[in-house]
Amino acid sequence: MDVVTSVKPLYAILISLIAVGLILAFPRKPTFREFFTVISALVTFVMVLSMLPWILQGGILEYHIITVLPGLNIALQVDALGMVFALTASFLWLVTSFYTIGYMRSHYPKDYTGRSVDRFFAFFLIAMTSAIGTAFAGNLFTLYIFYEILTLCTYPLVAYDKTQEALYGAQKYLIHLLGTSLLFFLPAMFLTYYYTGTLDFSTSGILAGNAPDIVLVVTFILFIAGIAKAALMPFHAWLPAAMVAPTPVSALLHAVAVVKAGVFTIIRVVLFIFGADLVQGLNLGYYLAYFAAFTIIVASLIALRQDNLKRRLAYSTISQLSYTILGVALLTPSAITGSVLHLVIHAFGKITLFFAAGAIYVASGKTEISQMNGIGKKMPFTMAAFTIGALSMISIPPAAGFLSKWYLTMGAVEANQLALVAVLALSSLLNAAYFLPIVYRAFLKPVENGEKVKMKEAPAFMVGGLMITAIAVLCLFFAPSVFLELARMIVAAM
Amino acid sequence: MTEHFPVLVIIIPLVLALIAPVAGRLNKIYSWAIALLATLFSFITSMLLLHQVMYNGTISYWMGGWEPPWGIEYVLDYLSAFVLVIVTFLAVAVTIFARHSVTNEIDDNKIPAFYGVYLLFIVGLMGMIVTGDIFNLYVFLEISSLTGYALVAMGKRRKAPLAGFRYLVIGTVGATFILLGIGYLYIATGTLNMADLGARLPGLFNSKLVITAFAFFAIGFSIKIALFPLHTWLPDAYTYAPSAVSALMASTGTKVGAYSFIRIIFTVFGVKVFLNQWVSVPYFFLIIASVAMLVGSILAIAQTNIKKMLAYSSVSQIGYIMLGVFLMNPIGLQGGLLHIFNHALMKCALFLSVGCIAYKTGISNINDLKGLGFKKPYAMAAFTIGALSMIGIPLTVGFVSKWYLALGSLENGMWYLIPVIVISSILMLVYFWRVIDNIYFKAGEPNDVAKIPATPASMIIPTIIVAALCLVFGTLAFIPVSITEKAALLLLG
Repeated sequence: MDVVTSVKPLYAILISLIAVGLILAFPRKPTFREFFTVISALVTFVMVLSMLPWILQGGILEYHIITVLPGLNIALQVDALGMVFALTASFLWLVTSFYTIGYMRSHYPKDYTGRSVDRFFAFFLIAMTSAIGTAFAGNLFTLYIFYEILTLCTYPLVAYDKTQEALYGAQKYLIHLLGTSLLFFLPAMFLTYYYTGTLDFSTSGILAGNAPDIVLVVTFILFIAGIAKAALMPFHAWLPAAMVAPTPVSALLHAVAVVKAGVFTIIRVVLFIFGADLVQGLNLGYYLAYFAAFTIIVASLIALRQDNLKRRLAYSTISQLSYTILGVALLTPSAITGSVLHLVIHAFGKITLFFAAGAIYVASGKTEISQMNGIGKKMPFTMAAFTIGALSMISIPPAAGFLSKWYLTMGAVEANQLALVAVLALSSLLNAAYFLPIVYRAFLKPVENGEKVKMKEAPAFMVGGLMITAIAVLCLFFAPSVFLELARMIVAAM
Repeated sequence: MTEHFPVLVIIIPLVLALIAPVAGRLNKIYSWAIALLATLFSFITSMLLLHQVMYNGTISYWMGGWEPPWGIEYVLDYLSAFVLVIVTFLAVAVTIFARHSVTNEIDDNKIPAFYGVYLLFIVGLMGMIVTGDIFNLYVFLEISSLTGYALVAMGKRRKAPLAGFRYLVIGTVGATFILLGIGYLYIATGTLNMADLGARLPGLFNSKLVITAFAFFAIGFSIKIALFPLHTWLPDAYTYAPSAVSALMASTGTKVGAYSFIRIIFTVFGVKVFLNQWVSVPYFFLIIASVAMLVGSILAIAQTNIKKMLAYSSVSQIGYIMLGVFLMNPIGLQGGLLHIFNHALMKCALFLSVGCIAYKTGISNINDLKGLGFKKPYAMAAFTIGALSMIGIPLTVGFVSKWYLALGSLENGMWYLIPVIVISSILMLVYFWRVIDNIYFKAGEPNDVAKIPATPASMIIPTIIVAALCLVFGTLAFIPVSITEKAALLLLG
């Protein structure tokens, strides 16, 4: 593998931060703010994209920033796995930046020229910086730092409305995420460092042969418990609580950046800190897989009972995140491929669903599913996109969700875990059970008495955003080659 | 000239401490200027001393040319030069801060006297650091203690004199224990020089006299550094003292006490006796330190007054320092020494930012901080950095020392100390986040916010600088780490 030192990943991270500085330096100027947001998102995406060819050739980019303590470096590294996450996050951030502008304009018209929206955008950009930073982190310590920054800078976004409910949700969010990471993740990282003297990633893992088995098991449990962003039960309660945030935050952060940072970290830890052989040897993957299976089913069952659309989506997210964890826990080539693909595909699908929920809320003020009779007639584009997203969740072709589910199922068969194949099938059924009624209600049920059937879509920025992500879900089904290739490279490096 | 620095660093501020109140009769500002001059001089000198130590090794200065152990010896090694730099730097920062803060909080006619006492307090601390003579240590300890009582009592609130008096009674008990300890050691060995004691004491460790002496030192210093459960004087003293005094005392006072205790333990008694003969002593103190870390944090959660909350948090932080010390291995001790430095910075930043808020508003209740994050952005940003650092988020200084303390614990095979460190961090998250929520996320009364007067730059700037250093030394951690590493090896021989 060719390793090259390059400052590009650093630029990719810093661009949004520069935009933050500019937004705060020119307060109360919505046009400036919108311009900086969109431009920084675009430049970040192009920057990430420009690194793609080198990665596809099998190369790796590295950049060492500073050594904090011996063995604790802040360093960046772009490899296939990081590329998958960065590509997804930066593309969706570009789409979301338009959507966010549309949402904030129409939902907070009075505040829109004020400083509070300035801060909103600033924190949003910092969140993006840390998501990209998580993707490009060159070692566990750097990863941990970005992971924590991501928690801290999304807190103001969750608490944005400053209502009692928002504050309560935000506190729950913080205690769950920061609490678990300080309580479990940090000690786990510490144990890893103590026994190996390094925190660098290695494709064969760094812990093997360096610590007694009992320590390894404890460390593994601490890692899994500490990475609460992956919302593995019982550490999932923060995700529904965080739904008090404005919808773009729920969409980008709680369907993409934050939760994906969580599962991404789990993949990193399992494959690059422990290494596939060690996890296999200690039978840890087996237990993790069943934990994930439990979460998949139970979260879906809870989702069935939610009437609030965002909450239903939140529980669906919890369930879907565990697909990725399940894949990496199975450790077979197809399962890992499915896991990596699912990280991408679920992001596109779920962001579409959240965008649709936000569009419905902005256009009609509705938040509960039971109010949404006939809404498809009033918002045909939004609901069409919603349907595509839902199909992807259920994994019906031609939505891309089918692909990742296919690989995951193959992985389960390869690992000889027929029970898990059944879990995946059951989960598809459950997904159908809680998504299809919404689609049915939207298109086939008559509107309630007193409401006019008239086209009333959300602002164009918002509808445009969700159309793009919905189309992307279809495109990923027909042309998944880039992500498949990257996934294949990750598997090959094992 | 340079060879006299070890004594000049003390003498010059001591002389200026006497001039300050007199000059203040002409104009109040003179006494402040003299205090600033004195602390600046000490800071620069101590930087030069640290530089010398790093290049030429330990400096031994013989007072009046009398050879130790007969004469008084001043010793500057990696440890004392390092602590001296911390103390003098923070003294400069607090002195700059004090100008407006003190005018606001202390009666005009008391200001000249205040700066005199204030300088004496700093002189006492510096003396405790540089001296290599155990009785001289006691003299400086008394200077800093007596002035400390007076400084606390100068607070504006009615409870300040009471807090000062309480501190005086408890503190004097502590000082008496230390004096008795010194006396017993003198009886046993006939010497007062620390290095000489260190050479003569081995072999006497079965003597009841020496054992009692250590017990007295342990109790006396536990009171002085407010180690749980002998911490009762500290919360009231920090709460009711003037802002500048709280900041100075919290960041330097207990730290220098801890430094002296470290000297007694490692230079006078030596690490061997604790590892071989008095093995239960480290265990006992590790338990006490763990309890302090947890109980201090729990008590901090219960507070509504922000200064009192910070004071209880100091109680738990002293636990961290003592934990490192009594791990008795190089890494753990290094963690303890790092925490002296790191906690001094964090606590100073926190108390200074609280002082900025209290300026002309008198706000001290956590619930009254609502909406201040946008009215006083700099002070509150400094507070937030200090808080994150206390919690131990990476890239802040708090993370570095906790990392080393955890390493030290595992080095001894004491894995069960790691949950204690971690849980204490979580408790800190709980009580600091309550404040941060109030500062930024709870809507304040708009009228109240409008009434808040601006804070002078002379208060904001030192606050920002100290807070920024929490980040600088959290990222460029190798600077304090390399110094404390040498200091720890020096202490462990």
